[in-house]
Amino acid sequence: MTAKLTVRNVVVAALLIALALLPVYAEFGGNRFVLTLFTRIVILAMAAVSLNLILGFGGMMSFGHAAYLGIGGYAVGILAHEGVTSGFVQWPVALAVSALFALVIGALSLRTRGVYFIMITLAFAQMAYYIVSGLARYGGDDGLTIYKRSQFFEPLNLSSKVQFYYLCLALLYGSVYVVYRLINSRFGLVIQGARSNDTRMRAIGFPTYRYKLACFVIAGTMCGLSGALLANHTDFVSPAMMYWTRSGDLIIMVVLGGMGSVAGPVFGAVALLVLEEVLSSITEYWQIILGPLLLLVVLFARGGIDGLLRQAGPKPEQKVHQ
Amino acid sequence: MSALLQVENLAKRFGGIIATDDIVLNVAAGELHAVIGPNGAGKTTLIAQLSGQLMADSGRIHFEGHDITRLPPYKRSALGLARSFQITSLFLDFSVLDNVALAVQARAGHSFHFWRDARTETALREPARAALARVGLDKRADWPASALSHGEHRQLELAMALAGSPRMLLLDEPMAGLGPEESARMVDMLRALKKELTILLVEHDMEAVFALADRITVLVYGRVIASGKPDEIRNNAAVRDAYLGENEGAGHG
Amino acid sequence: MTLFIEQCLNGLQFGLLLFLLAAGLTLVFGIMDLVNLAHGSLYMVGAYFAATFAAFTGSFVLGAVLALVATLLVGMAVEVIAMRRLYGRDHLDHVLGTFGLILFFDESVRLIWGPAGLSLPLPPWLNTSVQILPGVHYSAYRLAIIVVTLAVAAFLYFLVMRTRIGMLIRAGASNREMVGALGVNIKLLYTLVFGLGAALAGLAGLMQAPILTVEIGMGEKILILAFVITVIGGIGSIRGALVAAIFVGFIDTLGRAFFPDMLRLMFTKEVAATAAPALSSMLIYLLMAIVLIVKPEGLFSAGNR
Repeated sequence: MTAKLTVRNVVVAALLIALALLPVYAEFGGNRFVLTLFTRIVILAMAAVSLNLILGFGGMMSFGHAAYLGIGGYAVGILAHEGVTSGFVQWPVALAVSALFALVIGALSLRTRGVYFIMITLAFAQMAYYIVSGLARYGGDDGLTIYKRSQFFEPLNLSSKVQFYYLCLALLYGSVYVVYRLINSRFGLVIQGARSNDTRMRAIGFPTYRYKLACFVIAGTMCGLSGALLANHTDFVSPAMMYWTRSGDLIIMVVLGGMGSVAGPVFGAVALLVLEEVLSSITEYWQIILGPLLLLVVLFARGGIDGLLRQAGPKPEQKVHQ
Repeated sequence: MSALLQVENLAKRFGGIIATDDIVLNVAAGELHAVIGPNGAGKTTLIAQLSGQLMADSGRIHFEGHDITRLPPYKRSALGLARSFQITSLFLDFSVLDNVALAVQARAGHSFHFWRDARTETALREPARAALARVGLDKRADWPASALSHGEHRQLELAMALAGSPRMLLLDEPMAGLGPEESARMVDMLRALKKELTILLVEHDMEAVFALADRITVLVYGRVIASGKPDEIRNNAAVRDAYLGENEGAGHG
Repeated sequence: MTLFIEQCLNGLQFGLLLFLLAAGLTLVFGIMDLVNLAHGSLYMVGAYFAATFAAFTGSFVLGAVLALVATLLVGMAVEVIAMRRLYGRDHLDHVLGTFGLILFFDESVRLIWGPAGLSLPLPPWLNTSVQILPGVHYSAYRLAIIVVTLAVAAFLYFLVMRTRIGMLIRAGASNREMVGALGVNIKLLYTLVFGLGAALAGLAGLMQAPILTVEIGMGEKILILAFVITVIGGIGSIRGALVAAIFVGFIDTLGRAFFPDMLRLMFTKEVAATAAPALSSMLIYLLMAIVLIVKPEGLFSAGNR
């Protein structure tokens, strides 16, 4: 890809650089809280990037994506609780369990489409929520405190705020790059073709089900990783991590940022979480503003932030976006 | 007999409505076989059953000696049976070239390639460009498919069907909605294609059908009422009664 | 045995209550093709209204009637202000827009009624038990819920199958343009249908209020169950909703009541105690998975979706 100097690309680059420089600002500006906030933003942005792979590019309207946050998080939390603190064990387990869950849920849900798919993914995620709520040994509804973050080799230390932030950021950029490669590969074209016109894809010879399922598993696994990060970030896991409103938050990030744009969800995550921060500093009842705001975005700014940035630049000639 | 496509006693019902009833049809390798009939005769249902979008309630379909009656669409396509759609059914948010390249990719083994940029693979792009050139759309390769005219969409449909280098094409009303000039161009194109491919053509445009077809099958209310050479069909009393009679007034005589 | 009969009745009662929610959801989806996540919020609003009006008027029945009317009005207002603009759009737009509404409703309730829950006490004449079989007593209130919901189900059946409005509803579900061409005021029809759905949700909420605490978030929990029912029954089918709701009500209630004991018979006490809560809450999702494997479009799918 040859990157053109458009408004959009400049803003994307600026955001990526700003995120990379944030710890410097936090250090010299003496604003420690901002680093904590943005660590959270970066982690959830990664979850949103993974959701965008199936939602934006694959057209699979999953309403249960937060389940993987919880599964990845609980894999870390449960292993830590049982005395296994090595990240080399915890993280692969988190990925594997997320992948397995995605495989089972995807295999069932992808038999349906449209509204059924939305409701079914939602229901299965909620099932996962109730399962972990019922795990009395691991805190049940109250959740589970993690006393020791995942251990890796020296000098990597997840308890260092700055190191942990950069680790999360590197993984976020890595996942953005992976999604970018995926969607432009043969596999990615099949996925996007299935979003565009599934019947036709099958007619020209693609068994779309297995490609969509593979995509669903990849996205779930990626989100499981951000779940493992989130558990380390909060030193705590609870069923609330995977409550269905969290899935709704992830969808908002994707749509707010711009579906079908690789970097869009990063914008969406920053925008939504900063907005929440700002609104909640204004009023305790900030959701009374956020709710109608969402409705307005849906009604009037369907392309999200990415859409606005595209319009800001000169109109591209007859070329297909990517 | 050496039929490429053999259809035996094919039937499909939707609730109480019989869409196709006991259809027998043989398409020999190399021929252009047209299926005609009034609206609601079951032509599109027949195509959908042949390509696998609909599963037959009873009957058998053989293609090149394989029993494909129960095969899903993608497996039929892999055997070399390609279809075009009556209602233009493209990937509108993709470029014209991407549309055709997807059709090439469909025949190029599995697509579990996750990393390499598919838009730079000559193995996909070159055959796609060639197919576009055959239908005269090469100049539009980089346009979004949504920006093409209706006639160009039909050409693109054809390019996609060709791109998989199929053995046989199932064409569902390729002339639908075309102006006289575009229709004439499509007829020329099909005439060139029938030298290389076996074609089953469903079409309303009688002029085009009689100009192109080697053999014609007439469907009425889901049943075959006649099948034969164009001259035999033209002179068949049952066909005239049931169907062609309507058209005489319209000047297709 | 007494316990078993009682739990069966509880299952039936819960199932019928769920039917009220699922019927509204499926009606709105079938006719307006609208996915309404905020349906649970209307359930919550109904419960809050009932608790408030009952306390205000001092009469349970009067409070319930007022709450029902108020929820109907809220529903119609929501339709006119917001939902109307979402028809004909992507389902994802519906999901997001109505998700925004949930946030709005939850927060509004917190602003108006405060974060603590309310309770709706039953009047003495309902707060008793009646003898339904020799030696078997059952809560009069739960019995009343069963009677009311059955009456509503019969009313819905009559409305949809036997009246002019019902004919329009059925026609609208299958052919939007035709209804428009008949010169029917489709906007008004949609507002009424949405209001009806809201009223059904509100009714479910206000009837559930004396059994559970009236609290923020009560709508979301039950909404998921309503989704499961809609998926099992087939989207757009009221009959499917009824059958699936009773199924789900039974399995959920009986599962919670007897599943732990069954586990205890098969495994050690400890295993049963750990696994039972998680497993019994999984039962209905397993049911949904099985239905999906056998009939991906639900048991009574309307066919075209």
